[in-house]
Amino acid sequence: MAHYDTIIIGAGMSGLAAGIRLAMFDQKVCILERHKVPGGLNSYYERLGRKLDVGLHAMTNFAHRGERGRPLTKLLKQLRIPYEKLELSQQHFSRIVFPEHQLSFSNDPQLYIEEIGKTFPDQKENFARLMDVIIHFDDVNLHNKYQSAKEKVREFIADEKLLEMIFCPLLIYGSAWENDMDFSQFVIMFKSIYLEGFSRPKNGVRSIINLLIEKYLQCGGELRLGTGIKKIDTENGIVRRVILDSGEIIEANKVMSSIGLPETMNIVSEKQECPATGSMSFTETILFFDRKPAEENIHDTIVFFNNDEKYRYQKPQSLCDYSSAVVCFPNNFGCDDYHEGVVRVTFIANFEKWNELDRATYLLKKKEVLEQSLALISKVFPWFNATLLYSDVFTPRTIMRYTGHIKGAVYGSTQKARDGRTDIKNLFICGTDQGFLGIVGAMLSGISMANLHCLMNGDKA
Amino acid sequence: MDYQTLRQKIIDIIAEIAVDEDLSNIDDNVRLRDQLDLDSMDFLDIVMELKKKYKIEVPTEDYPKLATLKSCIEYLTPKFA
Repeated sequence: MAHYDTIIIGAGMSGLAAGIRLAMFDQKVCILERHKVPGGLNSYYERLGRKLDVGLHAMTNFAHRGERGRPLTKLLKQLRIPYEKLELSQQHFSRIVFPEHQLSFSNDPQLYIEEIGKTFPDQKENFARLMDVIIHFDDVNLHNKYQSAKEKVREFIADEKLLEMIFCPLLIYGSAWENDMDFSQFVIMFKSIYLEGFSRPKNGVRSIINLLIEKYLQCGGELRLGTGIKKIDTENGIVRRVILDSGEIIEANKVMSSIGLPETMNIVSEKQECPATGSMSFTETILFFDRKPAEENIHDTIVFFNNDEKYRYQKPQSLCDYSSAVVCFPNNFGCDDYHEGVVRVTFIANFEKWNELDRATYLLKKKEVLEQSLALISKVFPWFNATLLYSDVFTPRTIMRYTGHIKGAVYGSTQKARDGRTDIKNLFICGTDQGFLGIVGAMLSGISMANLHCLMNGDKA
Repeated sequence: MDYQTLRQKIIDIIAEIAVDEDLSNIDDNVRLRDQLDLDSMDFLDIVMELKKKYKIEVPTEDYPKLATLKSCIEYLTPKFA
């Protein structure tokens, strides 16, 4: 029977990063991935010769080569991947567009500070005080307790409209909670988006995944794609082995799961209480046009749009909430690697409503999402006049099918295992439900959980 | 093992970990952390490389002894003997 030091469940960013760390230091490690394609929540696919990224709008946490103390620098060092290999190019600028105000930001935080000073002059000092707290907060401490970010930020920001605009990109790019998030997570997201900023690896997410896989295999790790796990077998609360869908049994001293906290506990053989599940899911429309946004005089990289009195980051009562959206223009980074114009539109969606549709209605409703996406682009950019060549829409149902996340909850459970521990000995959590988000966060999660639980204390068992 | 040989071994390990750093002017008496962009995760790597390359174990409580190049070498010399 095969026996490993560590089995990693899921070949997404966090699982691959964890795998590299363990294989680098001679552990016998195997990553098991249910799908034929790696990447997890940040995977990729191809339709009619067009290359599509599942989740990637932009990579947060931009840093220049060798820039000290930055999360991106740290993780590249830990994975021993040279910075140049990512071929990052920076965003032009992004905008938060609300009914009465708009704020631009770029990878130079000064722009955002100036915009807030101009648009909300009476909040200028308050915002500076908030920034000061954020910069000095120990956001990655694994022992931080949940604290409502909105309550905390309200201690500084007196204008609710500004507060909502600050929160909008942070919520939709990473909150498992409705209308709020944990303060630690808020700080992580604030730094990663407003202080460090957006960039894009050349050719999108597949470049990063390929880099990680190449490194992992080079270090001697094993990767099995198309290999689902039926059960994590435990005895008296200790992990012993995993049982594959095929019935094959693999023994392991430790199991690191990146598939989500409830999703992991659901397959533990000794009955476990199921942790809370999240309810934030989305539709994503990916549109290809005959002209590039720049030719149509659109230079924004990402627009966070809200058309309502109040910004609602919550599960809608209907299939989708069309009053807010994220519009992303992947062409509008320093380097443009597409030969067509590409626009991505994200709407907040209701998993249950999508899941109960019969096939014919489902397809019809997907068409409606496409129409709403086009309408939204016209609303924000009335002069946009390119011809649609191809489009693809995916829904919460698609997300659940491909990621295994319960209810298609993109940002996972509302219950995070920050120190990676579970009630089962030698079963650990990394990735989304450990609580570091985004591509950079996911990789850091894999690295730090592998370091903490599988490398330290000299425990190559 | 003499001071310079061991010093070179440690420098070689740091060079593998911190590819973007200039290691030609390290002061042996100043904390490595203050001269290079090394955090606790990177010190873990130094320890892991010592184990991987030379089968030398450094228990967690001894990590502070790796603070400067000089203290590293003093601490590791008997282990290399």
